[in-house]
Amino acid sequence: MKQLRETFQELTRFKSALVGLGILAVIVALAIYTVITIPYGKAVRLWRGGEDMWRYNPVNAKPAWINYFTPRKLPQTRVLRSEEHAQMEEETVGKTSRKVTITYQFRYTADLPPSELALVYKPAFKKKRPLVSVTWVTPDGREYTFGRITVKSVSVHGRYWYSISRDQKLVQLFGTQNVEEGLFCRVDDMKRVQKGDHRVVITAYLFEPDASIETELVLYGTVHGLAGTDHLRRDIMVGLLWGTPVALSFGLAAALGTMITSVIIAALGAWFGGYADSLVQRLTEIRMIIPTLPILIMVGMFFSKSIWAILATLLVLNIIESSVKNYRAIFLQEKNAPYIEAARSYGAGHMRIIFRYLIPRVIPWLIPSFVLAVPSYVFLEAALAVLGLGDPVLPTWGKVLSDAYGRGALFQGHYYWVLEPAFMLMVTGFGFTMIGHALDRIFNPRLREI
Amino acid sequence: MEALLKVEDLKLYFRTTKGVVQAVDGVSFELASHTAMVIVGESGCGKSSLAKAILRLLPRNTHTYTGKIYIDGIDVMSLNDEQFRRQIRWQKISYVAQAAMNALNPVIKVGFQVAEPLLIHRRMRKEEALKKVVEAFQIVGVPTDFVDRYPFELSGGMRQRAVIAMALVTNPKLVILDEPTSALDVLTQANIMNALKRIKEEFELTYILITHDIATSSELAEKAMVMYAGQIVELGNAGHFYLEPLHPYSQKLMASVPTLREDKELDFIPGQPPSLINPPAGCRFAPRCPQRFSICDREPPMVDCGDGRKIKCHLYT
Repeated sequence: MKQLRETFQELTRFKSALVGLGILAVIVALAIYTVITIPYGKAVRLWRGGEDMWRYNPVNAKPAWINYFTPRKLPQTRVLRSEEHAQMEEETVGKTSRKVTITYQFRYTADLPPSELALVYKPAFKKKRPLVSVTWVTPDGREYTFGRITVKSVSVHGRYWYSISRDQKLVQLFGTQNVEEGLFCRVDDMKRVQKGDHRVVITAYLFEPDASIETELVLYGTVHGLAGTDHLRRDIMVGLLWGTPVALSFGLAAALGTMITSVIIAALGAWFGGYADSLVQRLTEIRMIIPTLPILIMVGMFFSKSIWAILATLLVLNIIESSVKNYRAIFLQEKNAPYIEAARSYGAGHMRIIFRYLIPRVIPWLIPSFVLAVPSYVFLEAALAVLGLGDPVLPTWGKVLSDAYGRGALFQGHYYWVLEPAFMLMVTGFGFTMIGHALDRIFNPRLREI
Repeated sequence: MEALLKVEDLKLYFRTTKGVVQAVDGVSFELASHTAMVIVGESGCGKSSLAKAILRLLPRNTHTYTGKIYIDGIDVMSLNDEQFRRQIRWQKISYVAQAAMNALNPVIKVGFQVAEPLLIHRRMRKEEALKKVVEAFQIVGVPTDFVDRYPFELSGGMRQRAVIAMALVTNPKLVILDEPTSALDVLTQANIMNALKRIKEEFELTYILITHDIATSSELAEKAMVMYAGQIVELGNAGHFYLEPLHPYSQKLMASVPTLREDKELDFIPGQPPSLINPPAGCRFAPRCPQRFSICDREPPMVDCGDGRKIKCHLYT
């Protein structure tokens, strides 16, 4: 314990280590925060993205803070509910029918049109479907009437989605332009937004006495949240946040597991010598010529893509990795030290000698290499995910990257989609490397004593 | 008095790339309880190998390990390794290793290190064991607050004492000291020899002291054994050996010991000990012996000269 504290104090003398520790602290805090606020089950559900989970998010939106860096103001998503943002009027038509008029009046000042327009109907009826139609009046007085439909069966949440962007009449009307540009841009300059007040009037005929209808007008933005969204409207933040505990636990578990087992195996081989040593050495040599990635890919293809299956495979493979040879070299030297013979003479058993006398001698060497090994495993997980072998349920940085890669994010200008997970990976690697190198400088002079 | 240690025809051969090294070749002796025996001889005569053979600290290239060893009436050679480890090491025999300066694990505090035999053999709790260690430190003259220090924080003499304390901590009957005072200055040597003497009386210990330093060892020795080329050439009471060595090799050895303020030419033995891979037939000392004569090419017998004195030389037949 005292030694640990001393090492820590020594570590704080290195500026690079301080930076690394700071980064590590932030990452760990982020991981803890994530696990608490978005429990595992919720994260998996969010990432799987059921029908309505992300319905109100725009597709491929940039992060919202991008507005601070562009002269043009990009729109955020706005959801206008009829109860709050519209006036409702009712008049009776005939015996049982009623005509409901919902009038939205809103000001649009962003420099780009919305990325998508949708109208959500929340009707309540027994048998007879309400009949609706929409009239859109633009700030410059143009008037479009469209969307004359009966609100059909409703989905689970009692909502019926009508995509204005895909309305056949409007699509035909605006021709080369898309619907949003047609409604929001100037007639003389199709790339400039006509700022001003829009009026949207929704007329609904209800044919039952106790029927009712509410609507939501969704103006999808082109920016969303801290991290933007992907092609499935998912908030990339979920992937970035959940990537943190996954990366940390995967990296630490893999590094710790392989380090401990390979040290023990090296020590057993070096101490018992003879056949045991030969076996360990031959296995290590065979392992050294077996490439890791193809094996992992095969496991991923034929067996399981679960991150834990990959971790287990990695552990089994790396128990006898090349570092066994390094440890063995140190152990062989140590094995003949006088104090080891003294220990044997006073009756220390094999295990006592291995665990209390041999292994502690390589700890100065182990700690920095352990810290440096963590990011390599984090990167490996990301690499596997990019290769399509990411865990199918867990959101990870690698999965985000893999989606971005699969969707050609960079060709379509969704650079944030690639850069965000890459940034997290780099920062994590940077933090561990900073600490690792500082530890190396602390421990290595001591290693020379051996 | 009944013998505490009885060794019969003990052989320890090592396998090397050049051939089989007969490091200990047919050694037999008895050692009574509560006596100190010194084993002297040149380097490479098999002194340390004899100690290791008794302790069964065998290297991996052991070729032959035969003979009989009885300690306290127990037939040691019939025990398996695990039984030997549990029953003999540090229970009956403890060992102060050659280069005892390095016999302490550099990453374990001295106190815990000395307590190790207690933890292993007595299954004591740590605090209890440390209490015993403090007692042992007092006996050998190590300041008790050294318990919390690392080996590199101790001087050579203190480390040596700590190692001796470790040998005593389980109250064994026999302590084998393999050059316990080499690499120490004369004052420290004297100190440690005195401490060993005192401890021997106090705890009724039996010592086997292996040394090059004939002069210092005379302080402690009650019995003396001279080894040459893996064999015993002279065995007897220390008084006889120091005053009147009989074997030509012993005589030469004694003549090489410097004396203070005496105008004596230091003697030496020409040549070097024979290779133990292919030792000469007959008397192994014959090629270097000034008194060799015709029958020396035959194996000399162990001649009993009375008074428990045994000489392996044709001169005394």
